[in-house]
Amino acid sequence: METVLKAKKVNKYFYEPEEFHVLKDISFEVRKGEFLSLIGKSGCGKSTLLYLLSTMDTDYKGEIEINGMRLTGLKQKQLAAFRNEHIGFVFQFHFLLPEFSALKNVMLPAEKLNRYSKSEIKDRAYEKLKMLDMQDFAMKQSSKLSGGQAQRVAIARALINDPTIIMGDEPTGNLDTANTQIVFDILKDLASSKGQTIIAVTHDPEFAQKSDRIIEMKDGEIIKQ
Amino acid sequence: MIGVNLEIARTHLLAKKRQTLVAMMGVTFGIGMYLLMISFMNGFNEYLEDTLLSSTPDIHIYNDIKTDYTHSILDQVSDTTRMLNIVHHPKPKDVTPNIRNPKQIVSDIKTFDNILAVSPQLSSQVFYNNGPVQLPGSLNGVNIMEEAKLTNLQDKMKTGAIEDLMKVDNGILLGHGLATKLNASVGDLVTLASPQGTSMSFRVVGTFQFGIGSLDNVRSYVSLKNVQQLLGKDNQYVTDINIKMKDYTKAKELAAVFARKYGYKADDWQVANASAMVSIAIRNMMTIVISFTLLVVAGFGIYNIMNMTIQNKLKDIAILKAEGFAGGDIIQIFLFQSLTIGLFGALLGLILGYAMSYGVWSLPFPKNEYMSITHFPVTFHVRHYVFGVVFGMLTTLIAGLMPSLKAGKIDPVAILRG
Repeated sequence: METVLKAKKVNKYFYEPEEFHVLKDISFEVRKGEFLSLIGKSGCGKSTLLYLLSTMDTDYKGEIEINGMRLTGLKQKQLAAFRNEHIGFVFQFHFLLPEFSALKNVMLPAEKLNRYSKSEIKDRAYEKLKMLDMQDFAMKQSSKLSGGQAQRVAIARALINDPTIIMGDEPTGNLDTANTQIVFDILKDLASSKGQTIIAVTHDPEFAQKSDRIIEMKDGEIIKQ
Repeated sequence: MIGVNLEIARTHLLAKKRQTLVAMMGVTFGIGMYLLMISFMNGFNEYLEDTLLSSTPDIHIYNDIKTDYTHSILDQVSDTTRMLNIVHHPKPKDVTPNIRNPKQIVSDIKTFDNILAVSPQLSSQVFYNNGPVQLPGSLNGVNIMEEAKLTNLQDKMKTGAIEDLMKVDNGILLGHGLATKLNASVGDLVTLASPQGTSMSFRVVGTFQFGIGSLDNVRSYVSLKNVQQLLGKDNQYVTDINIKMKDYTKAKELAAVFARKYGYKADDWQVANASAMVSIAIRNMMTIVISFTLLVVAGFGIYNIMNMTIQNKLKDIAILKAEGFAGGDIIQIFLFQSLTIGLFGALLGLILGYAMSYGVWSLPFPKNEYMSITHFPVTFHVRHYVFGVVFGMLTTLIAGLMPSLKAGKIDPVAILRG
C-alpha cells in the first residue's frame, strides 16, 4: 500500500500564555485507505497535530508531506488550493453555512475547485447526499436541520471533491449512539471501498477500537502506534 | 472562481435584507443630500455670478482723479532748498474726469486678442424730474449696440427694445425701478437735469431690469451724443471705457496691461465685485465640507455594519477557509458586499438627489420686485452626479476594505478549535 501522509520530526510550541512544547519530534506515516484514530487525554496535542496535518496551522518545525507533495513552506494560497482538492474536514460541530440549503453547502467546495460544470456539481452533490441518506433534505435550509442530519450533510460536504484524506476532529463527539454508528459506518465504508484515508481525533474508545489503527499520544509524544 | 464568491456575497446580503437596506440608505441619504447641496449652491453661485458679470464690465478703464497735493506749483518757482512752501487747503483746478484720445484707445484695445466688445461711455450724475420731485440717478451715454454686447441688455428689457434708442431722437432706456418711481412708460417724456444745471427732455423707448436694485432704481441709457449735448461737451468727451472679454478669467492680467499702457485706472470685474467673490468662495468651501462630511458619515455606517457582519460570520469564514477558500476569496466576498451596498445606495442617492433638487427648483421664489428671479436657482450638472457615484463608491470601498482585509486574515484554527 502506498503512503499518503508523512510527518517527519514535527515540533510545535505555544507561546501564549507561556512557552510550551506541545508536539515533540512527531514522526509517522499513514497509508492509503487506512482508518486511523488519534487518541489521548485532553491537552496531549492530538488536535494540534491534526490541524498541522490539515495545513491550516503552518507554525511548526519539521516536515509534512501529503500525496507525495511537501507542504511545509508553501504559501497560504497554495495550501488553500491543496486543502480544497485533497482534504475533507468533519468537525465536532457541523459548521454548515446557515444561509444556504444543505445541497448548496455540499456544492460550495466543488464550485471553488471549479473542475466540473455547475450541473455536474449539482448531480455529484446529490449523489453524496444520497449516499448519506440525506437526499430528502437537499433543499432544506441548513440552519433548520437537526444535529445528526447536519453532521451527515457536513460529511457529504467533506466528500464532494473526492479528497485523498478525510480529517475528523471528534466527528461523532456531538452525536447520539445511533448517529455515531451511522457516521462510523460511512467513514469505514469510504476507507475500505473507495480507498480514502481517514484520520480522526476521538475521545470515544469504542470508535477508536473499531478503526484500523490507533495512534495514542501523551504529553506531545506518540506512545503507541 | 469569482462566481462562487459573488454567489456567497449575494446570499449574505439577501439573508439580512433589513440590515443591507439600512446600510444602503446611509449612502443614499449621504449622496442625495450632497447632490441637493451642490446643485442648489452651484445654482445660486451661477445666478449671482451671472448677474454680477452682466452688470459689471470685465475691465473698466476710467480716469481716477488724483487728490495728491504733496507738490505745489510754487515749488517750481521758488527754491525749496532754502525755504518751505506751505499751501493751506488746496483744491483741484482745471481737472477733467474724461479720458483723452478715447477713439485711439478704443481702436487700440480692439487689436488685442480675446476682446469681445469695447464700449466707450460718458456717465454723469443727473436728476430725473418728476413734477416737483427730483430723483437723483446716473445717466450713461453709450453706443447701445456695443453696450448690449457687454451687458446682454436685450435679454433684460422689460418693455420696448434697445434698437429703438437709435431710431428715436432723444430716446432713453430707464431702469425698471426708476420708471416705476417716475410713473413713466414707453412713449412718455422725462426731463433730466445735469449737475451743471442744464436740462433736456427724453422720450422713454424701453425699460430694463438687471435684478439688482441699486442699478434698476438709478440707471438709464441714452446715446453718447445726447449726454455730450446735455453736459455741453465735445464729441470726443468720454469718461469710461468698458470692455467685455471672450474669456473673463483673463481679465486681471489684461487690466494691468491696459493700466500701464494708457495711464488710466483699469479695474477687472473681480476687483469691482471683491466682496461677492469672497462670499462665492466661502459658499463653495462650505458646500464641499458639508458634502464630504455627509459621505464620510455614510462610510462609517458601512464600516460598522461590515465589521458587525464579519464578527457574526467568524465561523463561516473559518469553515470556508477549511474548505479551501483562500484569504483573497474571503476579501472578495466581503468587499463585494460593501461595494454592492455602495453601488445601489449611490444609484438610489442619484434618484433622491435629483428628485429633491427638482423639488427645490420647482419652488417659486418669494415674489420680489428687485430681483428678476421666479424660482430657486438649481443646476443639474452631470459631473456632480458622476462625482457623487464615484465618491460614494470610493467611500464604501475604503470603508469595506478594512473589515474585509481583517476577515481575510482570520486564523481558522483558533475558531474551529473553539
